[in-house]
Amino acid sequence: MLAYINKIKEISDRLLKEQKVDLIIGFRKGTIPMMNEPCFVKTSSDVKNLVWDSNCGINLANYLTNRKEKIGVIAKGCDSRNIVTHIIENKISREQLVIIGVPCKGMIDRRKVAAAADCEVTEVLEQADVIVVKGPGIEKTIKKADVLQDNCAICIHRNPVINDEMVAGPVEEQKGVDRYEDVRKVEAMSPEEKWNYFEELLSPCIRCYACRNACPLCYCPTCFVDESKPQWVGKTLDTIDTRTFHFLRAYHCAGRCTDCGSCTRACPMGIDVRAFTKKLEKDALELFGWEAGMSVDERPTLDTFKPDDPDKFIK
Amino acid sequence: MKVIKIDKKHWAGGIEKSRSAYRLFGPVMVENKNFSEFKELDAGEMPDMTATDTRTSPKSICFPPEEVMMEYSTDETRDDCNLMRVPAKDYSPRAIIGIRPYDAAAYLVVKKNFDTPEYRDPYWCDAYAACTFIGLAVNDPSRLDFSTSTHSGPFDEIGLDVLLVDMGSHYFAKVITDKGDAYLKAAGWEEFAGDDAEQKIEALKVKAEGAIQTTISFDRIKEKSIMELHGADFWDDAAFACINCGTCTYVCPTCWCFDIQDETRGKSGVRIKAWDSCMYPLFTIHTTGHNPRETKIQRVRQRFMHKLKYFMDKYEDGIMCVGCGRCIRSCPVNIDIRRVCQTMNG
Repeated sequence: MLAYINKIKEISDRLLKEQKVDLIIGFRKGTIPMMNEPCFVKTSSDVKNLVWDSNCGINLANYLTNRKEKIGVIAKGCDSRNIVTHIIENKISREQLVIIGVPCKGMIDRRKVAAAADCEVTEVLEQADVIVVKGPGIEKTIKKADVLQDNCAICIHRNPVINDEMVAGPVEEQKGVDRYEDVRKVEAMSPEEKWNYFEELLSPCIRCYACRNACPLCYCPTCFVDESKPQWVGKTLDTIDTRTFHFLRAYHCAGRCTDCGSCTRACPMGIDVRAFTKKLEKDALELFGWEAGMSVDERPTLDTFKPDDPDKFIK
Repeated sequence: MKVIKIDKKHWAGGIEKSRSAYRLFGPVMVENKNFSEFKELDAGEMPDMTATDTRTSPKSICFPPEEVMMEYSTDETRDDCNLMRVPAKDYSPRAIIGIRPYDAAAYLVVKKNFDTPEYRDPYWCDAYAACTFIGLAVNDPSRLDFSTSTHSGPFDEIGLDVLLVDMGSHYFAKVITDKGDAYLKAAGWEEFAGDDAEQKIEALKVKAEGAIQTTISFDRIKEKSIMELHGADFWDDAAFACINCGTCTYVCPTCWCFDIQDETRGKSGVRIKAWDSCMYPLFTIHTTGHNPRETKIQRVRQRFMHKLKYFMDKYEDGIMCVGCGRCIRSCPVNIDIRRVCQTMNG
């Protein structure tokens, strides 16, 4: 994956020079280990700032919403599916985009690395399938596969589903992955156990909305929690309000979520926010055979009707 | 200055003893997480003195994420119908154990806002007056700690009543105020630390300050005009990655903004003070629907201008940042106040 960066720079430089795009949206090197910062590049001379490694987990589709320019955007598998969703939902037009596809082998979960290091991580070096973690007086080599983001570990769409340029040939997709073991565990719980599970899951929430704002699906001009005339949801950490926010947000993502992991990645309190959306993603697949963002030519499962719908109530 | 020696064998006993006179607060590991948070200690619960840093800051001890300011009833059969009443509050003495020097310094920054000659926030001020800050020096500063560039430093005493220094088998407790002295007495720690204690502390202080690897400068920000910085062309670039969540403001020990909300159920209600964030569009939207800070760039600019420029100009006492590094660690998209400060100072 490290070799991609030269190709990313080459393509970006060409697109800018040929004025095919006004800007490239990608990543620049972060200021702390395991973090890169989304950035834009408008001139050929700034292309050198672009980076690519396993710390580019932020979903760049989130940075396309309602933009007016011609944009070259770097897209992993998940980003590409959210770009498709953005196109379908009219948040950006296909003609505005030059999609620079990046086959992905998964992104690093910085918290897993920090836990494995058990000290302040001062430097992380990436080499093919391993990472070398350095801290005060320690140096550890860890298999990348052991510290992938949870969603990356079970990803079955690593290659971009839509692209105009590819930085490399496709990577092998993971086969035989059990994507829903965690959801089945929750499904098997009694109502009381489920209640406790979600209560505990949400207890650290500080209502900062990082999960919502990192999510490329959450682009409503005014989110329901921000409505003030009338106000629907309280502003405090009252459990009813916190639950309302998370449950409703999850349902707004039904049939749209690509399990890109942005919400969980963003949460400063380490909440696995995916636990809410994943059940809906599973239902969309099992009930409707639907995976979000796979094609710009197919309407999403929840905005279509077919005469042979198995449910009688809808006929 | 008096220095007391606390053998760690006497630590738990002293903490326990002090409970009869103080409500205790301290850092505690959060269940199933690998980070700690400040909270009121339950009976028998000990502060985790090995916690390197808490995820959010201890500002919540005097400025909780939500606090009932007043209660009211709209029941016309009651004498106090439609009258706001302040509910009973517990302002009995609190000891904040293990607060880090930068977080104590942050209390004095926040105080500039909540306790002014014109206005006094009684909730914050009364809670603050009840506090005794038993600080813990930072022997090994993190890579994100730039507190020596701000108001503070790993061994700084500003805002503290006692400074504890971890010496391995024991703590040295430097007594800074009478309040601090009173707490140590309540805990039963009175062993004289010896004549060379201050020297030993000084040596560790020099070592800790030397270990700080990151600094910021804001000398040129001070000289620049507000309009020059406000109209600068770097905000597009600085703000691009920001997703406008409230993480930076909520983990920050110096961010003091709050919303006031009335919550009513039936005929009774409460007026609540709840954390708010300048990152949110709702923070500034007017009833007309007009929002003077409608775009992300305006909001990001506001946050950094407030911390690094407006505050400095208004109070002429440094910046509104104590260098704890929490916002850098927690930002989901790596907006780094050090980088922004450097750009503004450029």
